[in-house]
Amino acid sequence: MTVSTPLPTGYLLASSPNFLQALKVAAEHADDVDRAGRFPSEAIQALKEAAAFGCYVPAEYDGMGVSFQHLAELTFEISRRCSASGMIFAMHQIQVGSIVHHLNAQTWFENYLRRVAGEQRLIASATSEVGVGGDLRRSIAAVELVDGSGGLVRFEKQAPTISYGGHADDLLTTLRRHSEAEGSDQVMVLTHKEQMEMKQTSQWDTLGMRGTCSPGFVVQATCPAEQVMRVPFSTTAAETVVPFSHILWSHVWLGIATDAFERAQNFIRAQARQSPGSRPPAALRLSELSTNMSQFRAFVKAATAEYITLREGDPKQLSTIGYAVRINNLKIAASEAAAEAAQGALRVCGIAGYRNGTPYSVGRHLRDSLSAGLMIANDRIHSTNATLLLVYRDSK
Amino acid sequence: MVQTDLNSIIRRLIKEQAKIPATASELADSDDLYDHGMTSHSSVMLMLGLENEFGVEFPDTMLTRDVFSSVNAIESAIRRLQQELT
Repeated sequence: MTVSTPLPTGYLLASSPNFLQALKVAAEHADDVDRAGRFPSEAIQALKEAAAFGCYVPAEYDGMGVSFQHLAELTFEISRRCSASGMIFAMHQIQVGSIVHHLNAQTWFENYLRRVAGEQRLIASATSEVGVGGDLRRSIAAVELVDGSGGLVRFEKQAPTISYGGHADDLLTTLRRHSEAEGSDQVMVLTHKEQMEMKQTSQWDTLGMRGTCSPGFVVQATCPAEQVMRVPFSTTAAETVVPFSHILWSHVWLGIATDAFERAQNFIRAQARQSPGSRPPAALRLSELSTNMSQFRAFVKAATAEYITLREGDPKQLSTIGYAVRINNLKIAASEAAAEAAQGALRVCGIAGYRNGTPYSVGRHLRDSLSAGLMIANDRIHSTNATLLLVYRDSK
Repeated sequence: MVQTDLNSIIRRLIKEQAKIPATASELADSDDLYDHGMTSHSSVMLMLGLENEFGVEFPDTMLTRDVFSSVNAIESAIRRLQQELT
């Protein structure tokens, strides 16, 4: 037996039979997941069998330790087949990243990462809250000590939306550090399903992204204090949660747009085959769309590369106003580009794209892409950047 | 400039611009202003107030969370900028 140089684990996962099978399963069930507005359980199970939910856990905690670059590419590949599966994968990895990059020598969380890798536990997050108007960096609910319990804490949070909240094994929740803390003095708390009572408060019957199953919940939880992350959430947010979210979400949207583009291209090719010698009229629209896709892809790749460079070289830079403006711009631009691409594909495919159940249907893509501008509303992000630009000179 | 002057001007601006709930007199010089409720929006207002008051401009490299995180940190940032001016 010869020993060859090991390939980077991201490549191994992306080309492993189990992961390829998961992609196939995701594509097969995407329409039904969308139509029924149901959790993509087949794809998620197949991804678990490929050990994909522990892929970003470092090897020292029994994970695959894939790079962020590969994580983004895996997100893209899943999202091309099934946007809901891709978004669930992305959101789970944002939570994994929040723990991996802010461990602070907390033994409980080190052991927890081993469980994520070993048991393929699915992590949801409760960051939004009724009453804070969508502000990630402000909480009302607080971590409270349970009197006389010898180190137990409890909380109750009203979350207007928790993606796949009813299907996750664990929940990562933002809370005020203690009952007297200011709204912006936040920490994250990881709780297991069996430590929580989750009362569903609304339905998730939406235009798109129907399979993410993201209704509202009131969460009540009690857990040992060691399940509170020591690092201030302000640090986790700036260095990990915000850039991970915007970059991985952008890859989900790029995946949706790419599948819509491919359907449009297949449509034009089929037309061209039917009338050899003449170019279909909508071919020009496809060329326009290709230009937009190139821009979209380039922006997402550049933002991914910048994040990796800063994270590895000078993580302090991630907390600057300049970086906040740039990563916010990625979210705005990518979300708009996705919806424009889906509309562009619809213009190319015409009625065949508008109708459901054809190889050229792009209705699902259009509906899914319209969520992009709303998950953290673009106007809210513009409003933040408008304030930041009062002092930052955006010359980069 | 005498240290106490600089310190008290910064404290006044924190009160006027950053609008943090704790009164400025309750703040220790090393207290984290963000822990006292300063938001990214109010920190920008504080930066503008400081630039206006001291006739300085913060270069982009100084627009980090740390630079504006406490009375002490702001004081040393202003001193650095004032030294560069002279």
